[in-house]
Amino acid sequence: MTFDEIYNIALMQGFAGLSLFAVLLLMGLGLAIIFGQMGVINMAHGEFMTIGAYTIFLFSSLTESLAPGLIQVYFPIAIVCAFLIAFAFGWLAEWALIRHLYKRPLDTLLATWGLSLGMQQLFRSTFGPKEVSPTLPDWLMGSWAPTEGLDIPINGMFVLALTVVVTGGVLLALYKSRWGLRVRATVANRTMANAIGINTTRTDRLTFAIGCGVAGVAGAAFTTIGSTGPTSGSLYIVDAFLVVTFGGAASLWGTVVSAFGIAQTQSISEFFLSGSNAKVLTLLMIVTILMLRPQGLFAAKVRR
Amino acid sequence: MSSKSDQSKMSLDRRRLLQGLAALPLVSMSGLSFGQAFPTTKVNTTGLAITDTEVTVGQLHSATGTMAISETGSIQAEQLAIDEINAMGGILGRKIKVIKEDGASDWPTFAEKSRKLLVNDKVATVFGCWTSASRKAVLPIFEKENGLLYYPTFYEGLEQSKNVIYTGQEATQQIIWGLDWAQKEKGAKKFFLVGSDYIWPRTSMKIARKHIENFQKGSVVGEEYYPLGNTNFNSLINKIKIAKPDCIFCAVVGGSNVAFYKQLKAAGITANKQFLLTLSVTEDEMLGIGGENFEGFYASMKYFQSLENDNNKKFVAAFKAKYGPKAVIGDVTQAAYLGPWLWKAAVEKAGSFDVDKVVAASPGIELKTAPEGYVKIHENHHLWSKTRIGMGQADGQFKVVAESPELIEPNPFPKGYQ
Repeated sequence: MTFDEIYNIALMQGFAGLSLFAVLLLMGLGLAIIFGQMGVINMAHGEFMTIGAYTIFLFSSLTESLAPGLIQVYFPIAIVCAFLIAFAFGWLAEWALIRHLYKRPLDTLLATWGLSLGMQQLFRSTFGPKEVSPTLPDWLMGSWAPTEGLDIPINGMFVLALTVVVTGGVLLALYKSRWGLRVRATVANRTMANAIGINTTRTDRLTFAIGCGVAGVAGAAFTTIGSTGPTSGSLYIVDAFLVVTFGGAASLWGTVVSAFGIAQTQSISEFFLSGSNAKVLTLLMIVTILMLRPQGLFAAKVRR
Repeated sequence: MSSKSDQSKMSLDRRRLLQGLAALPLVSMSGLSFGQAFPTTKVNTTGLAITDTEVTVGQLHSATGTMAISETGSIQAEQLAIDEINAMGGILGRKIKVIKEDGASDWPTFAEKSRKLLVNDKVATVFGCWTSASRKAVLPIFEKENGLLYYPTFYEGLEQSKNVIYTGQEATQQIIWGLDWAQKEKGAKKFFLVGSDYIWPRTSMKIARKHIENFQKGSVVGEEYYPLGNTNFNSLINKIKIAKPDCIFCAVVGGSNVAFYKQLKAAGITANKQFLLTLSVTEDEMLGIGGENFEGFYASMKYFQSLENDNNKKFVAAFKAKYGPKAVIGDVTQAAYLGPWLWKAAVEKAGSFDVDKVVAASPGIELKTAPEGYVKIHENHHLWSKTRIGMGQADGQFKVVAESPELIEPNPFPKGYQ
């Protein structure tokens, strides 16, 4: 191998780690909002991602049949709609199911698991049991090849950029907006927040819906790198929980750092070991660190 | 003659007597019907759910759960074959009635439902299972209750049961001719093997490696397995780029499959730069992967929807008429379609629905009307079949570019490949 080749592979491998980081962060973000801020274990997180994926599929089919000329531009609009639709479903789920179970956190786990099975069957009945493939705009496909032998995946760059935007948006909202203030107050001390006039019920519903909306965006973005089918969401749910738990449930920064750590460990070990062994190594590292720090990497400074 | 033989058993079995009496008017009414040639007491000596006009069979697939993606095609194809057989007048004068059970992608459920079909419903045969795991779960029950199973999926081999007819290819049929074609036509010497991490890809790749190294004198420059459901292949793709194989030979399945091809394309590995041959992409998988992501890559299968022959044209037309113009037919779907037809041929040859007699009659059964062309059941309960190479097209179909000249003998326990 020449020096150029090693240099190219190193660059591409570096980007592989970065793009896995983006994927993990994006899939964990919605869960971190819900789990971290509300303490609800949302087992249906993957299915809210699937809502996003099917939104892209719907938009691409509609665009193809009604306005084929717009196939290059529908994608960003569809992502916004994926957020809105998943948000609406999240709002509904919180109103119908979750709000009755806040005092019974383990029951939310069961209830949301049931919700996830129900949603999977709903997708199956609506869109059919087989996977579908949304038509993606050409500019999202293929690779950017600045020099011979160097290929940077365009979909990877897209997911990375989207992750930066969404994470930035969530952090900004959480630390600069009135909603963020209310959420943080509710997390810190629910009774006190209530006493000073914060409508914690509404805050909860909005938080849950926003978390679901972010999951929808993640699902929409992942149509560029993964499958769209009734059970696609279940491919991501384990990794999403891993990222959030490892990072420390109540901290968004923890989620960011944990996604980065897991992504780098996995992508580097995958390069030097076989795929299954790399997974074992990554999980071993997570388990060891969680044994030493059960609260995760970043614990929230909250007086309990 | 039937009434005479019934009378001789009269003292032995009251129930038989009643059945015999019930059959009498039918025999006298229709002199030329099958009822006379094949009275129920003759064709069913083991108490299966068979009447003078009806034979009950079971269908056991996953209509729900993760495997519904794959098994739906098999359910549809078996139903189509059964409908067609019924429209022709059924088997031995009896219409086929189907009891559908849902294995729900869960192997213990498969076992439980198969026991229900065999013990409670007394079905004459079962068409079902898709994954090897589900087949392994029901196998002991079929052997204990002496049931009969038609299994449609191409699989890893290393199995042969009196109670199972395997209508898909076993691993050597699918792999060896494909590898020889890759070597001869594409000049492939260096192979990179990729699979999902479970029994079928591992066994398949073991056979592939032995064949490449011992028989083709080629080399394996990489062999990698990823957990089922893995969606990130960028590191693997970089390793492939370093190894520079002539051929990527792969058996990645499920949701991973889609991620694998999307990411290959995004990393600049396309058909004009890289030769790729797979064992696990049929027209069904193409729906999820998207034709544009698989264009120009090759698959080794016994059947493609685009096969040019009269049987297949009829089959594709009938399938689309029943399930809509957008329906696609993959390798396993076609193999599932063969099940009811092979069973019909064996029952008619045996002149009986008894499992032992049907099994004994099965080896040597030929099907000239199979969509894939001519097939024949081997002594080892697998099918003689041809292997084809299809090239992926942008519209999600395959173009058949090569076909083995002869039928390939099934060899579920290949010597020298273990």
